[in-house]
Amino acid sequence: MGTIIKEYSYTPAKVERGYSGKSLYINVSDLRIEEKVITDFMKEKFTGGKGFDLWYLWNAVTPETRWDSPENEIVMSVGPIGGITQYSGTGKTLVAAISPLTGIPIDSNAGGYFGPLLKFSGWDAFELQGKSDKDILIYIDGNNGLIQIEEAEDYPEDSHLLAEELTRKYALNEDDMVNISVVCTGSAAKHGYMGMLNFSFYDPRRKVCRFKQAARGGLGTILRDKKVKALVVKYKGVTPNLNNAADIATINKVGVKYHKEMHDLDSKQNKMRQIGTANTVMIMSQYDLLPTRNFQTGGDPEVVKIAPEIFINEWLTQGLHDGCWYGCTMSCAKCADHFLLTSGPYAGERVTVDGPEYECVAGLGANLGIFDPQAILEQNFYCDTYGIDLISYATTVAFIMECYEREQIGPDHTGGLELRFGNASASLELIHQMSRGEGFGKLVGLGTRNLKKIFVDEFGADPMLLEDIGMETKGLEYAEYSHKESLAQQGGFALATKGPQHDEAWLIFMDMVNKQIPTFEDKANALYYFPMFRTWFGLVGLCKLPWNDIVPADNHKTDSPAKVPEHVQNYVDIFNAVTGRNIDKDELILQSERVYQFQRVFSVRMGKGERKDDYPPYRSLGPVSPEEYLSRQELYDKQLRDLQGLNPETMSLNEKIAATRRYREDQYEQLMDAVYRRRGWTMNGIPTPERLKEIGMDLPQLIEVVEPKL
Amino acid sequence: MITVNTEAYPWHPGMTVRSLLDEKVFTFRHIIVRVNGEYVPEEDYENFAVQDEDDVVVLHLMAGG
Repeated sequence: MGTIIKEYSYTPAKVERGYSGKSLYINVSDLRIEEKVITDFMKEKFTGGKGFDLWYLWNAVTPETRWDSPENEIVMSVGPIGGITQYSGTGKTLVAAISPLTGIPIDSNAGGYFGPLLKFSGWDAFELQGKSDKDILIYIDGNNGLIQIEEAEDYPEDSHLLAEELTRKYALNEDDMVNISVVCTGSAAKHGYMGMLNFSFYDPRRKVCRFKQAARGGLGTILRDKKVKALVVKYKGVTPNLNNAADIATINKVGVKYHKEMHDLDSKQNKMRQIGTANTVMIMSQYDLLPTRNFQTGGDPEVVKIAPEIFINEWLTQGLHDGCWYGCTMSCAKCADHFLLTSGPYAGERVTVDGPEYECVAGLGANLGIFDPQAILEQNFYCDTYGIDLISYATTVAFIMECYEREQIGPDHTGGLELRFGNASASLELIHQMSRGEGFGKLVGLGTRNLKKIFVDEFGADPMLLEDIGMETKGLEYAEYSHKESLAQQGGFALATKGPQHDEAWLIFMDMVNKQIPTFEDKANALYYFPMFRTWFGLVGLCKLPWNDIVPADNHKTDSPAKVPEHVQNYVDIFNAVTGRNIDKDELILQSERVYQFQRVFSVRMGKGERKDDYPPYRSLGPVSPEEYLSRQELYDKQLRDLQGLNPETMSLNEKIAATRRYREDQYEQLMDAVYRRRGWTMNGIPTPERLKEIGMDLPQLIEVVEPKL
Repeated sequence: MITVNTEAYPWHPGMTVRSLLDEKVFTFRHIIVRVNGEYVPEEDYENFAVQDEDDVVVLHLMAGG
């Protein structure tokens, strides 16, 4: 359709033991295309995936770089295990950039075919730098060693149309469509900071392009700021050992064992194959963990209306291909096919809605007070096709709705929209406004932290209240778990390097229900081990879900069932079998910690990553309002008696709220101290040179950043 | 009185693992139950009697999300 403005031919590198050994660099300012060598240093210190992303990003930017600076890069890499087909969850692409929401490195991951096909096309990693002066798309043909940059003004913006059109454009025929993957965003990405990236894979049974998202932190916003409409990769010929693993027999053996577990146990455990991640919605409500009406409470009687069974029986299409990479028997992706849209530019059309994931039902449902499956799916579809991170959207709009109900903002500010909890049509209108870059919706796209300032400075809202109820830390909106009663998870969110996403640690059951980690040191150990372990998935190209959303039948006999030791050993075995190396479970943690500490230092370099940046809003820690206190009065009164020796009978409600707050804020301070010690940080949150040396990361450029902060 | 996950909880005659889980609203399917250190398989929940002063551990195996 558009004019090809640059062509580049290359000889695709063959993948050996998980690495192609090459990375691709494209600068869209001057259309420069270069090949780089993946060095032994990079493999040793950064392993792959997110590690490679952060290393390239570090070298691309300066402390003055902002998200929209030309030198900011979007970097993506799949990792050495990525692309094997014998185990579940092996197609993750890791993406990093300097975030428009946080100003520090964000990392996010997505399923879909792009990362594996990119590697099989000869590229372990891909750096996108510069800013184009017109809309373009980048096409990588991995079979023929060809890269094209094409003008793309005339292509549609929204993902469901764009991915379909590009998949058809580059496919020779219907059968060829599975060999193509598109990374794109949508029309809302250029109007706000919470634009996300869609990663497509073609579903030959449904005959539609489907998507997984690298959603967090505004990566789609950056893509559109660079005027890149899409990245497309084509590779035909995926076979089980394109990674040329050192020991394919071991990979086969571990894979067969795992698939048998999945076959035998999933229906008795989490039912990931039947409903996917949304299986936990009712559970979260029953345990008081489902964020409801801006995290005020942890559940609602109305949640039965959006229970998993409702989606399974009335909305989802079962029995079709639901994995987002070959060989994944967990198959947790789900679809509502032939869904009739009732609003927006596509009203009246029937579409396939990918989802809903747990975060979607919790965020666009309970947290907005919307207990209507149809409205959840419609918001889900439009967030996806417009390129909106629905977690940031939901948490931001939940904050707005509470501001509206507490009369901090009003219809004069919202363009007349009655933004009360439960108003699904108003939420949909906001989403459409974000797409058009109009009205109050355009403000919503700026995210919670920016809105706090606008509401206070321009609308006269109460700054203390807004600081307490705006659920963001470091500028990133919280993921959808209520966690007031779990001190460990308060740290799991607010001490997470990139911001409050739960992919570092989800400790609520261990802490709040199981009572396995009662002391500060116990919690700090958990906030060391789990973030380090879970970082590793992002280094090698794996999905986290197959680790612990199903466990071996005899997992209960192990010393530490929460770690799922047999699955950890599976990962060690697979890594060694792919790469020919010989790590053990301790070196796995070491690989992670190198990148984890590197990312923390990177944040320090960009002006954050200190103690002041690790504080949560008070709503994360405890009850802000009288209604919240009263909703759990028995528990909170008991804590006043048992933990502080106070007599709640003699205290006013405001006195009880204040005493609870003093206690909980002090507990959080003590948690920070313990975690910092365990992670080898100063009490200001700075990784020490000694710790960096212990893990082999005392690189001069890192020491140069941390030393002035000691 | 019994202990459930380190916290005191009132005991009553006729208490079984199943009735205790129901009382505590421990609805999550993916759990491990140990009574005085002894693993209790799911098929025994209905009939496994919980005695006064027992130490019950109910491990919820979700560390995910």
